[in-house]
Amino acid sequence: MRKTSLFNVISVALGLAFLYLPIVILVIYSFNASRLVTVWGGWSLAWYRELLHDEAMLSAASISLRVAALSATAATVLGTCAAVALTRFGRFRGRLAFSSMVYAPLVMPEVITGLSLLLLFVAVNAGRGFWTIVFAHTTLTMCFVTVIVQARLIGFDRSLEEAAMDLGCPPLRTFLTITLPLIFPAIAAGWMLAFLLSLDDLVIASFTTGPGASTLPIRIYSEVRLGVKPEINAICTIIVAVVALVTAAASLMTKRGAVKRERAAYAAQV
Amino acid sequence: MTATPHRGWGACAVLLVPVLWLVAFFLAPFIIVLKISLSRTAVAQPPYLPVFDLAAGWSGLTSFFAQLTLDGYQLLISDQIYLFSYLKSLQVAAVSTAILLLIGYSIAYGIARAPRRLQPLLVMLVVLPFWTSFLIRVYAWINILQRDGLLNDVLMTLHIVDTPQVWLSSDTAIYIGVVYSYLPFMVLPLYATLEKMDEVLLEAAADLGCPRWKTFWLVTLPLSMPGVMAGVLLCFIPIVGEFVIPDLLGGSDTLMIGQTLWTEFFSNRDWPVASAIAVALLALLLVPIVIYQRLQTRQLEGLR
Repeated sequence: MRKTSLFNVISVALGLAFLYLPIVILVIYSFNASRLVTVWGGWSLAWYRELLHDEAMLSAASISLRVAALSATAATVLGTCAAVALTRFGRFRGRLAFSSMVYAPLVMPEVITGLSLLLLFVAVNAGRGFWTIVFAHTTLTMCFVTVIVQARLIGFDRSLEEAAMDLGCPPLRTFLTITLPLIFPAIAAGWMLAFLLSLDDLVIASFTTGPGASTLPIRIYSEVRLGVKPEINAICTIIVAVVALVTAAASLMTKRGAVKRERAAYAAQV
Repeated sequence: MTATPHRGWGACAVLLVPVLWLVAFFLAPFIIVLKISLSRTAVAQPPYLPVFDLAAGWSGLTSFFAQLTLDGYQLLISDQIYLFSYLKSLQVAAVSTAILLLIGYSIAYGIARAPRRLQPLLVMLVVLPFWTSFLIRVYAWINILQRDGLLNDVLMTLHIVDTPQVWLSSDTAIYIGVVYSYLPFMVLPLYATLEKMDEVLLEAAADLGCPRWKTFWLVTLPLSMPGVMAGVLLCFIPIVGEFVIPDLLGGSDTLMIGQTLWTEFFSNRDWPVASAIAVALLALLLVPIVIYQRLQTRQLEGLR
């Protein structure tokens, strides 16, 4: 018998309140009519309208979205390859070195990664800007994809792959027709995480950016340093809304996928 | 271990492509950082000396090595600013990790003891803010903590304080920001181990007359140690190098090491010293990073 004690309920409730209250307050204040951020002047969409005319912010948003889409796609390909190598190749020489290199960026302080990548770009004389951010973000986010895909690769039944191979299916085809569809939810989740991490990153982008390539976080950061502004509340609210919608859609998708897979597995057993 | 299947060119590419990428964009940059940390600042483009010149051949190589110096590191030791910011970073990371462990453990424990069908929802609610931009979450606290912000309004309405208190630009603000931002990283690994725990053990302890606090201390806590380790490392390591939170919420009198590195690089344009700071910071974090990697490898591969 599982007992839910009052202490447990309170700690979870307080924890969630702590996590959500600041964001809720931010969202509410983005609809504030008053220019003074702390005085409530009634509901208004003024700051959203102002945002529509903020060319610098809009172009920063477009750069950020393009960087995120490109780097997430590259990171998903690289990260999935690394995950397959780590789970399906057994013990190969240099495996420990490889896995340490894969996991290290997960906890590496961003200032170190950013500085080292910038110095690399300077050393090879690469023109800094849009593409250097894409390369930097790919490096940062591929390890997150690896971890997610790896967990899924370990979790599923290998006998399906083995059956295909035993029946003479070549490895590449086995991978494309059996493995890939099975790990697809993890790959999609990995891409999404990579996309959001890239959209979010300030430190590494600041180091590796060049003239004319300000991403949204760089732009927001330079505004925030000057103080709280209602326009910033508005752009933050838009980002929060987009992220919440995408996450909700993704979790619904994977849930439906999971139900379908369970049904298929059940049907196969019967 | 199952027999490894025959590997063709495709399989080699699957391994080689990520390896080459990581060597080029993760390993090579560290070697460059190490090299530049041994260089001298110069008014040039790039702003350091010596510059490696392949065209000069062997003599170029020897003169390159002859010009390397430890000046950057000597400055780190001689100027107290750097030592203080390292200590400050360690202090902030240690204290906030302890607070995170306390809060995170009670949330994770509460979720693991909640009705089964509610658990996925609760976990998603904890993770959701993590998907939201880091910068936005820190910015949200400026709204609340500033002098005429919401926190002072609430405290004054409740007559807890009479005059507006200073919250922003203080260590308290840094701690609030860090704990807020890193909470999901602490809750998730803790929940993962607590959820897997066999409840029969707790019932056995209760049946044998063990009081609940003692059961927690003797059974639950030791069994959740892998989660505690993972959570602590996952928070502690990045917090030491944190830049955004102390920069936006903290005061300007004491800097954390991430800010010092940032200032040396962007404001002072002293690339060798910034590199030396990075190398020293990495050396400081090497042991926890290695422990974390072994934990991660064991966790992901021990499932087999």
